[in-house]
Amino acid sequence: MWQFFHKLGSPKWFFGISTRFMPWLLAGGLLLLMAGVVWGLAFAPKDYLQGNSYRIIFIHVPTAFMAQSIYIMMASAALVTLVWRMKLADVFVKAVAPVGLVLTFLALFTGAVWGKPTWGTWWIWDARLTSMLILLFLYGGVIALDRAINDEKSAARAVAVLVLVGVVNIPIIKYSVDWWNTLHQPATFKLTEKPSMPAEMWVPLLLSVLGLYLIFGWLACVRMQTEILSREQRTRWVKEFVLKGRG
Amino acid sequence: MNAEVRPTVQLASSSVSALAAMKGVFARDMKVAFRQRQDLLNPLLFFIMVVTLFPLGVSPEVSFLSQAGAGILWVAALLSVLLSLDHLFRHDFDDGTLEQLVLQPQPLFLLVLAKTMAHWMLTGLPLVILAPVLGVMVHLDGNSIAVLCLTLLIGTPVLSLIGAIGAALTLGLRSAGVLLSLLIIPLYIPVLIFGTGTVAAAAEGAAVGAYLALMGAFLMLALTLAPFAAAAALKISMSNG
Repeated sequence: MWQFFHKLGSPKWFFGISTRFMPWLLAGGLLLLMAGVVWGLAFAPKDYLQGNSYRIIFIHVPTAFMAQSIYIMMASAALVTLVWRMKLADVFVKAVAPVGLVLTFLALFTGAVWGKPTWGTWWIWDARLTSMLILLFLYGGVIALDRAINDEKSAARAVAVLVLVGVVNIPIIKYSVDWWNTLHQPATFKLTEKPSMPAEMWVPLLLSVLGLYLIFGWLACVRMQTEILSREQRTRWVKEFVLKGRG
Repeated sequence: MNAEVRPTVQLASSSVSALAAMKGVFARDMKVAFRQRQDLLNPLLFFIMVVTLFPLGVSPEVSFLSQAGAGILWVAALLSVLLSLDHLFRHDFDDGTLEQLVLQPQPLFLLVLAKTMAHWMLTGLPLVILAPVLGVMVHLDGNSIAVLCLTLLIGTPVLSLIGAIGAALTLGLRSAGVLLSLLIIPLYIPVLIFGTGTVAAAAEGAAVGAYLALMGAFLMLALTLAPFAAAAALKISMSNG
């Protein structure tokens, strides 16, 4: 266990192991996402109330789900950065923050597109929408702070502090806007309850969530590898790797 | 800023108790601030001006103002606290005082707490005192004004405490001012929602005890956690230079 933990701190080890995992992540992710989306868009039954317009759920829910879970992953990594000073953890935070930002934006955008036919408006100051918007701001803040600090180590630690402060605030923001104003339907998946929709609807949804998870894993690896290469460019293994790649 | 006129912190010994060190930092910050009175006045003027913009820019109707007044005052207070945050550590950072504070044997988070308390006394508290006058100007009724002042009294220290984290994180950066706002405004939103929510509830005649209790909970949370985060951020920013 501890050996694994120490290895995880080594960028070189991660680079090797992730290269082996990545094709599987990408293939599995694409497969699941395609299956989920095609099933959901073409074969799942119509909603009795919303007709076909509900089908955007197969894109909206996975992106919204990932947007939130990426922030939680970032916060865990930020804690690791501050406590153990593990290099890979801050590489992870830096690499995935823009991914989180884009997914949050996509969740908001697909939500707006869905909101137009069902609620009759693109945007409404509703609890869920507002807290996702604030999540977007938090991602933006993290990226802005990271870009503003030149020194790599202090940037990583400052960002870690900000991410952790943000994660303390996320439940507070969530509940404050929940009590403030709400129209959005409750969460689709809960760990404790059976989904309220038929299996033909939630199975493809679950597939696309899992698919997006795997694709995120792949994307995180790609971005982390790029970041590792640029950080470790002075080391011998990176030089060897690059020369081998060329030759 | 002339370094000679700024009182120095004289507590470079572990024999000074943490409480005495806090008192020293607090007293010094107050003294420095009162030697630069204009800096004290600026956030207040800003507060008044922002409030003035709303009747001019949106509508001077009594019906609009009495409904939106609490929100306007809260947003204006939030912005003027935000504006004053840049000063919280900046001058001390520039003249090296902050470095000495970080080196003190006393826990840094306590010293940060003392500085933040001084900051609140100098910006938040004057806003609370000024709020009733502006409340009358935006046609809030007496009960709403009282509740508004109470929420500002509980809420502005939270703004200072959360703001200290942002100020510490952006210390010494090029575009610190804008960046600070970007980082801090999302974190201010819950305080704003409950601050204005309390006044809205009071205007409808509902009981405000639960709202105030929640704001008190925010204050306790910020009071216990924010100094640690701000101290950690300060140490990071100092090692950055």
